[in-house]
Formats: sequence, C-alpha cells, structure tokens
Amino acid sequence: MANKVLVQKAFKVIGTRPIRHDGTDKVTGRAIYGGDVRFPGMLHGKVLRSPYAHARIRSIDTSAAEAMPGVRAVVTSRDLAQGEDKIEDLGEGAVNLKYLVDNILASDKALYKGHAIAAVAAIDPHTAEEALRLIKVDFEELPAVVNVREAMKDGAPILLEKLRTSAMGKMGDKPTNIATHLQFVKGDVEKGFKEADIIVEREFETATVHQGYIEPQNATAMWNTDGQLTVWCSTQGAFVVRDQLAKVLAHPLFKIKVVPTEIGGGFGGKIPVYLEPLAALLSRKTGKPVKLIMGRADVFEGTGPTPASFMRVKVGVTTAGKIVAVQGEVDFEAGAYPGSAVGPGIMCMFAPYDVENGKLDGYDVVVNKPKSTAYRAPGAPQAAFAAETVMDELAEKLGVDPIEFRLKNAAKEGTRRVDGPVFPVVGYVECLEAAQESDHWKTPLTGANRGRGVATGFWFNVGLQSSCNITVNQDGTVNLIEGSTDIGGTRTSLAMQAAEVLGLSAEDVKPSVVDTDSVGYNNVTGGSRTTFASGWAAYEAAQDVLRQMRERAALIWEANPDDVTYENGSFSVKGDSKNQLTFRELSAKLNQTGGPISASASVDPKGAGGAFAVHIVDLEVDPETGKVKILRYTAVQDAGKAIHPSYVEGQMQGGAVQGIGWALNEEYFMTARGAMANSTFLDYRMPTSLDLPMIDTIIVEVANPGHPFGVRGVGEVPIVPPQAAVANAIYRATGMRMTRLPMTPGAILHAKGVI
Amino acid sequence: MPTRVHVTTRINGEDYEFLCEPRQSLSEVLRETLGLTGTKEGCLDGNCGACTLILDGRIVDSCLVLGVEAQGREITTIEGLAGPQELHPLQQAFLENAALQCGICTPGFIMSAKGLLEKEPHPTEERIRWWLAGNLCRCTGYDKIIRAVMDAAQKI
Repeated sequence: MANKVLVQKAFKVIGTRPIRHDGTDKVTGRAIYGGDVRFPGMLHGKVLRSPYAHARIRSIDTSAAEAMPGVRAVVTSRDLAQGEDKIEDLGEGAVNLKYLVDNILASDKALYKGHAIAAVAAIDPHTAEEALRLIKVDFEELPAVVNVREAMKDGAPILLEKLRTSAMGKMGDKPTNIATHLQFVKGDVEKGFKEADIIVEREFETATVHQGYIEPQNATAMWNTDGQLTVWCSTQGAFVVRDQLAKVLAHPLFKIKVVPTEIGGGFGGKIPVYLEPLAALLSRKTGKPVKLIMGRADVFEGTGPTPASFMRVKVGVTTAGKIVAVQGEVDFEAGAYPGSAVGPGIMCMFAPYDVENGKLDGYDVVVNKPKSTAYRAPGAPQAAFAAETVMDELAEKLGVDPIEFRLKNAAKEGTRRVDGPVFPVVGYVECLEAAQESDHWKTPLTGANRGRGVATGFWFNVGLQSSCNITVNQDGTVNLIEGSTDIGGTRTSLAMQAAEVLGLSAEDVKPSVVDTDSVGYNNVTGGSRTTFASGWAAYEAAQDVLRQMRERAALIWEANPDDVTYENGSFSVKGDSKNQLTFRELSAKLNQTGGPISASASVDPKGAGGAFAVHIVDLEVDPETGKVKILRYTAVQDAGKAIHPSYVEGQMQGGAVQGIGWALNEEYFMTARGAMANSTFLDYRMPTSLDLPMIDTIIVEVANPGHPFGVRGVGEVPIVPPQAAVANAIYRATGMRMTRLPMTPGAILHAKGVI
Repeated sequence: MPTRVHVTTRINGEDYEFLCEPRQSLSEVLRETLGLTGTKEGCLDGNCGACTLILDGRIVDSCLVLGVEAQGREITTIEGLAGPQELHPLQQAFLENAALQCGICTPGFIMSAKGLLEKEPHPTEERIRWWLAGNLCRCTGYDKIIRAVMDAAQKI
C-alpha cells in the first residue's frame, strides 16, 4: 500500500494524473525563478542587518560607503515613506503601516538580530557586500527578550513603547509586550470539568521554526523616469506585493507592475515584502534595474519564522469516554511586531471534537526575534501538538483505542466549534474510519523500543479573490490566463477544472501565470485556496466560454441558444441529430461568426470547507542515543475532490515531513544576547531523504458542497497532526510524555534522566 | 579592483572561455557570467545541494568550487543533460512521477541522481536515500523523488 484514493465521484479529466504544464521547464533548468532574472546594466544590492537583538539606532553614516568605487546608491529608513501608526487592511489581514515600514528598514530601533538597517546597490554583489562594512551605525544595545514567557512578565524589556494590550475590545493603559489577548468561550467550562471523571492538564512548549523554502527571497526592480515601477520577484502573491509596495512607497497601484517569477517554495513565508521595496528605492536612486538576493542567514534571521509557543491544555472526560470540557491557553511569540497566528491556533486547537463546554485564551506577544509570518496552517500545528497529546493520554487512561476515542467525540456537520462557527459537511469521521481500515493500522507493530502514534488535525482553508481569463484558439485549444503563483502544480489543477467544463483534455488547455497588469486581482497562493478559489474562477470562465460557444452554434443553425447543448464534446440542437459541431470545429468558425471568444471571471467564494487529517506513525527510539527513526508513516486526509491526485499526495507527504522536522529536529538556538546561533542548513537541520521512509497516503473524498467539483484545500492541514503523532508514538515506545518541541535525541535522553 | 583570471573549460561538451575574479564561485560564474541559470543556489555554503553539477565525473556543490578551479575541467550541468529536443530518462521520470512541486531543487536532485546511476545502475531505495541526502527538498517529503529515481533506473 502506498497511495490510495477513495473516489466518491468520477470525472473525465479531474482525478487523472496528467504531466504538469510547467514540468519540462522545471526539469530542464529553463524555468526562470526570481534569482535568474537578468537585465542589461543591472546593479546588485546587499542589505546591512543589525548585529544586536535589541538596540536603539542613534545615527547612521553612509558617506564612506557611498564614496566607495563601484557603489551606486545607499538607502536607509529615511528613504521610505514613514508609516502612520495605524491599522490598515493589506489583503493579509490588519497591518499597522509603521510596523510594516519599520520591518523593511529599521528607523529608531533594531528589534532583532538580522533586522535590515540599510541597503547598498553596486556594480556587483561582492562590491555591495564590501560597502556594507563602511556603513557606520551608532547603536545603543538594549536588553533583549527572546522567550514568550519572559516577555509577558512585568519588568521585561519593552520592544514597542506605544504598544498597549488589546483585550476583547479594551485597550490597556501601560507599556507591554502583550499585543493582544483573545478569548473564546462555549458553554460553562467550570460546570463541564465538574462533570468529568478524569481530567488531564499539561503544559507544552514549542521552539521557533522556519518555513525553510530552498530558494531565498529575491527581488529585482526597475523604477522608470516616468514613475512606472516594475518588480520581478518570487512571491506567493504578486497583487499583495503590489498592495504592500503601494503603501510603503506611497506610490499609486496602477504605476506598479509586479511580475511573479517561478517561486522556489514559500509555505506562507513569501507573502510579506522584504527586498522588493529596497530594490525599488535603489532603482529610483540609480535609474538602473537593481537585484537583491538574500543569503541563507538573512533568510533565517530576517524573514518570518513561525511562533515559538507556551501552551496549557486541560481536558475532562467521563468514564464513558465523552469529552465534557476543554480549556486551552496559547501564548505565541509574534516576533518583533504584533500579529502572530495565535487566533487561528486556538480556533483549531479542539476543532476536531464535539464538546459542550470550552474556553480558549490566546496571547500575541512581541519578542526580539524576526516578525513571525504564516507557515502552513499558521498556529494550528503548535496547538494540535498540545491538544492531541492530551487526547492520547486520556484515551490511554480510559483504556480505549485512540481512534475509537476520537470517533466517539468527533466533530461532524452541525457541530459548533468552541470559537463559534458551525461545521458544514466535513470529512473527519470518514478520515478516522479510513485510518482504522488502513493496512498500517491493522498491521501490529512489533519490536523493542518501538511505538505507534496517531493524531489528528483541522485547518479552515480560505476562499478569497481570484480572477482568470480564457481565450479560445481556432484549433480548439484554449489559453488560461491566471494570476495565482504556481508553487506546487496549480497551473495544472486549474487547467484540469477548465478542461472538465470544456470537454477538453488537460493538454488542450495552456495555463500561464501573468503579471499584475495582465489579469484581474488574485489574492495570495496561500490558505490552501488556489485549486479551490482560482479553480473556481477557471470553472466560471469556462462556463462563460461554453455559453458564448452555444450562441455561435445557434447563430450558425439559426436556433435558439437555449436549445443548444454541449455533451460528449459535441454541440447540437435538441431533437436535431444532423447539426453537430465539435468544440474544435466550432472554434474554427469563430472569426466568421462574430469574432474571437474570450471570457473572464472573478470570484470571492466563501464556502472553503474545512479539511481534516489523521496521521499514523511507527517509530523506534534508540535507547542509547535517543535518536528517533521513523519506520512507517500514513497520512489520511479529506481532499473533498482530488483534482490531480499526485499533487494532493505531494502536499500530504510534504506537509507530513515538514511536521516530522518540526517534531524531531528543527529549532532556533538563541544565544543569551538574543542571536540565532544556527542560521545555516547544516545547523538548522531539516529532514533529508535519509531520515525518512516512504510516506503513504489515503485521500478521502467527502465533497465540499461549497465548490462546483467538491474541492477542499489540501496544502496546509497535513502539517498539523505529525508533531503530536510522533510524540504519542515516542510515548508508546518509551513511556515518556514529551511536552517540548523539538524532541531531539538530547531532549529524549534528558527526559530519561540520562543527561 | 581585483585582477580577473582567464579560464578555459568545457561545459556540456562545448569549449568556454571566461574571465572571473578569484573570489567568484563556479555557481556564480555559471549563473551570472555565462547565463547558465539552470544550476540553482539555495544556501551558498554547500548544505542544500541545489547547485549540484558533475565536475570530471564527480557530483559537486558548485557553490563550493571556485570559478578558477574550472580551468581545464569537464563540467556537466542540467542544461547539458539531454539533446535539444529530448529529455533524459531521469527528467522524464521526474515528470511522470510528479517528483517536483516548486522545482527549485529539481536540477540539483537530477544531477545527483545521474551521478549515482552512472556508478550504480540499480541502486536500492536505501542507497538512493543515502546518495541524495545532500540535496534538500522542502516540498515533497522525498517520496516521489525516490520513486522517480527508481523508475529511471529501470529504464536506463
């Protein structure tokens, strides 16, 4: 058993596995990523970053750098439009513009080691790097705080003097690092715990981890004399880059064109702008195209990791195995500026369970680390690690099978989450049942020091805005013009949905991802939304093409367009078997019947439909070294409808492995002064091929009624269960409940009392 | 200004001459001077494998080789893997097995796998995992990459 699809409804194109349209470019090295962009006369930029985790910037002297031969320009925060200290909606939720601007180039204070201070453009990258050493910054180092619990204490060093706690609609009145306190309550949690026969209460911690995309951030910009700014970059959302640039540069949207290049991974980390405004400012100063690429240390130290966390979980059950109360507190490190994913984290924490009484508290706390950004199901993996470990302990105390325990308490259609929303049709029960029926679950695990763990996870998925155009060619093929960055095969998953509507093959649809001048607005490739929402836009545009094609056929046959049908690749009039035209035949007649056909569609669908996942892992713990070896892994997930099953499996496998890395290896080691001590791929150790077995998958299809083909987003939820699944398996192997991530060999030996 | 060094080398079966600074890496020269951007850069310190190419029959991280070291050597990059209108069996297998998502690590993986299959035409799964451990992929979880290499080994 490797990969299984539990198909509920079959289609012609959807559910097949065509070769992706951009595949040849990518296996031959011809695909152009952000770092591959080159222009005549292009300059190269480098960024000076703060060596301190927390420091006041008294002055910056760039004169020596500017005088160096080969240097063409230097920019500091003085060159940026200084942001007002107020909240703006920039497509990724509310953003304080001053924080956004200050994160691009520090003005009064550097808030983390790696915080950008100045940027240089020079004739080559080496000259630019040398010039950085000539920039004199007068820093006053301040005490740093790099742990969420420390930052919440009275007397902790304060990062942002004007920050006050926003707590359920009320603002605090004194300086603090706690930006927000969120709370959700359902039922009566005290009463619930009184009804409980068994209560488990535990505390958990997780370390800061990074998205770890292999391609570093990059940006190339050309600011023309007429104010037209073009930016080429690897981004998850060209339109959102344009939105952010318009704000931070105080430049009109229509004068900014963002050209999304191929992108080498993102996982949420390539939504904020870092280098794009610097490239633009340097180009404005020099009149030349300017390109910047981050080094790997810049990526670790200067771009969004995901929050480290401290969590408390308390769950009560009856002896009959019914969960009667859940309570969670989650404290997240937002990084240098407010805005961690603590909200989504607490909302997902107990989402898989149907429970009467619940209380959730979330704290968003600033610390002297890079501003955290989205990372695949932002916030949910931390919360699920805590909650799913406690659920495993409860199942054990009750003496019931952990999957049976979850089935007994499973969320289903109509269940109200603790944070309020009521589930539409969801596939959690079906995933649990598929896990129970799997070869993996049914095959006993034997051998010393081995354990099997299971855990589950939920992620909302989102809709948001998508647009696309379809043009019909005279040979019966179509071009699909889209604006969603293709980060893992979405050109093909969109083309397949258009092909399904049009009765064409996937290969007859040619998808292209274009720039912000060339298609309507598209939100980011994120939130597991692209195949769902941009796919829906492709569906709508294809429906419009069919409508226009029927009108042309009606014109030719002097029939009523409403009487023209399109079935099995053929247009015909009801009750008339003589007149038939294939899509290709009719395409050839368009220029003689009124001209070309094109269609565009813009959508903002709401019914994303949540995704559930259940993961099973077998592992072995080396009793001498504490090293964990993954022996077998099965990921089960409700995809609604898998458009291209291979790429759905790929998301499940990739998410599981990122979760395994988070569980076992990955961690920012911080020095006493708040610097990251391991900012290379050698020391920040992500899983390699040698660390893993094959990752088996079971795709469950419980159609999402909120999408024409039943699609649910698939990209994010597979990173939610692995951490707890691994922890639960380690418990079965060793008898030790691990409550801190990562569960390194050292941590396991420490828990055993060996070191 | 540093003195540039004249280098003569063979890349993908063709003779090349270029001038480079002693501090420039081979990956930088390929990408910036010669326009061969199929070789990718992810870390510049030899830990991600995106810049893997074949130098005198051995796979190397080209970010850890200096441009001047290319003098008199034989280099194969992803651009030289197959003829103008064909794909190497590894490239075909990566397509058919959906062994890429973002694709930035793909040229490096294919070059490493080529290095393996030239030495060991029929490697085990474990051997492939060992050989490719110097190439990082953050998207796929490696499953489909390993299957693609096993598939290509069957077909070569």
